[in-house]
Amino acid sequence: MKKKTITSLLIILAVIICLIIAQRTLDSFSLRILNLSGVYIIFAVSMNLINGFTGQLTLGHAGFIAVGAYTYSLLIMDSDLKQMNFFLKPLISPLDTLQLGFFPAMIIAGLLAALTGFLVGAPALRLRGDYLAIATLGFGEIIRIIFTNTQSITNGSLGLKGIPKPDNFFFIKMDNSLMWWIWVAAIITVVFHLLLIDSSYGRAFKAIREDEKAAQAMGVSLFKHKVMAMVISSFFAGIGGALLASLIGTIDPLMFRFTLTYNILLIVVIGGMGSTSGATISAIVVTVLMEALRFLDQGFLGLPELPGLRMVVFAILLLIVVLFYPKGIMGNEELTWSKLRRLFGKPFAAKEVNR
Amino acid sequence: MTLELFLQHLTNGISLGSLYALIAIGYTMVYGILRLINFAHGDLIMVAAYIAFYGVGIFALPWYLSFFIAVLLSMTLGIITEKAAYKPLRNSPRITILISAIGVSFLLQNLGIVLFGGRPKAFQVPEIFAKVYNFGGVNIVGVTFFIPVITVILLILLVYLINFTKAGMAMRAVAKDYDTSSLMGIDVNRIISLTFGVGSALAAVGGIMWSLKFPQLIPTMGLMPGLKCFIAAVVGGIGNVTGAVVGGFLLGLGEILLVAFFPDLSGYRDAFSFILLIIILLVKPTGIMGEKIAEKV
Repeated sequence: MKKKTITSLLIILAVIICLIIAQRTLDSFSLRILNLSGVYIIFAVSMNLINGFTGQLTLGHAGFIAVGAYTYSLLIMDSDLKQMNFFLKPLISPLDTLQLGFFPAMIIAGLLAALTGFLVGAPALRLRGDYLAIATLGFGEIIRIIFTNTQSITNGSLGLKGIPKPDNFFFIKMDNSLMWWIWVAAIITVVFHLLLIDSSYGRAFKAIREDEKAAQAMGVSLFKHKVMAMVISSFFAGIGGALLASLIGTIDPLMFRFTLTYNILLIVVIGGMGSTSGATISAIVVTVLMEALRFLDQGFLGLPELPGLRMVVFAILLLIVVLFYPKGIMGNEELTWSKLRRLFGKPFAAKEVNR
Repeated sequence: MTLELFLQHLTNGISLGSLYALIAIGYTMVYGILRLINFAHGDLIMVAAYIAFYGVGIFALPWYLSFFIAVLLSMTLGIITEKAAYKPLRNSPRITILISAIGVSFLLQNLGIVLFGGRPKAFQVPEIFAKVYNFGGVNIVGVTFFIPVITVILLILLVYLINFTKAGMAMRAVAKDYDTSSLMGIDVNRIISLTFGVGSALAAVGGIMWSLKFPQLIPTMGLMPGLKCFIAAVVGGIGNVTGAVVGGFLLGLGEILLVAFFPDLSGYRDAFSFILLIIILLVKPTGIMGEKIAEKV
């Protein structure tokens, strides 16, 4: 085995050990934040694929997340629960009795989101730059508006309540099985994207970002690769949406406004457009900060209660990053061992020079 | 549908359309010069509406004075936004400056929630705008009548400014070729500030009239009109002032008439403009009146 593979496996092992310790020691509130950061890792890393690596600014992520969340919820709820939810208008025929397990429901949620990504991407990715941004924003909003109006499928603006949590992890009964699902999905997402970026497809994505014309001249099919990035990105967004629905337990169309897309964009920009490790770090940092800064809303230092101050801080943070540190935490590079060594262990670096 | 009812819807559509047109002009002017979607433009609508609200409600100013101050302050805010958030990024990739614009919009909205509170406030509509006039069976609220009139007056002023003054000539020059016009001795920064000022003032007037028509203020009220007016600008052909007006009326009339003729689709009212946008972008990406720009390799 290559040295790189071994170190990667060691990192994954370390994360898993940390998770085992976390679920024994943390209270339910901290665990919830831990889970939320896992979900946001999935969102940020997948959005980074199309926005950061392929360089196509798309703002429809919230729509794909919504597709994933609704598909999952409709597949996992049992018929009694559905009847309780749909008291205004009954759910249409095959869906009202259909019930699947957690894993198939999540995968179907991802696949349907990917299909939506294809349907949105195929026409929209012919556009470029700000036109693409605004068209995808439009598609995302249309998805939300459709969900608000199709009362007999999505329960409209009433939303879905009481979405059950999984009670097993691959047939093993566990207390915090949802945490394992979320974090295993997050690890798989990160590893998948790292491998993808290293493959020939990843190089094609980056070539498109750097110079579309040159990439095309070198034989890279622009349309194929852009749509591919979009489909993969929306697949993971759908998976993330399913996990979010399961974690929060209640969904309604208003959750998936483009403010959600902005939040994920904030994470991606702070992490550095085009860096999977940057997006991962920033997803954790931002999610934890969002909770840690809650005291700002509740009044501090003798200030009165100012709900919303927390988000002002985040908006200013976003502006500072864009204006003064446009590269974010990682720029478009990945976190590697040699970089960590350079950062922390001066002696290691000195030894290397001597050799 | 009777003729009276149809005319009723038509006047509503025209007044909504002229609002869209007014706000869309700001987008189109800024895009013409900086090639930037000013996402914060929509939030100026909110800022202007709140200033006008507080001017009347707290400082007890007469409404015209309060409205005037609101326009002036929003104009200043628009210019400051450009100086603080867009000017330092003028040579950055366009994606960066777009994200900066999103950041400004995010900041203004949340600042609005902190300063003004998240609860909706009722806008006091002055007597003259709230009165109902009757034109041969068609009932028209004052504001529905005044909006198109004010829009037309402002449009005439704007056309005069752009086509017949020196500053307007400079604006057109900068829009045509940024670098060359700076070589020809045009103070580009001043022209950009002027463009932002004019655009923001129009958005502020639009915002105040918006809250006269829909008298409920919330800090996120600028989002939807902002997006729709941007769509109007794109549909008409971004960078083209006439196009923005055409797009605005198309959107306003289309939205109202869609709901009038197909009441079942009223839930999809907001989707109408997005669908229109996507169709236009796919069929004629430069918009109805936009010029075709040759791509440079």
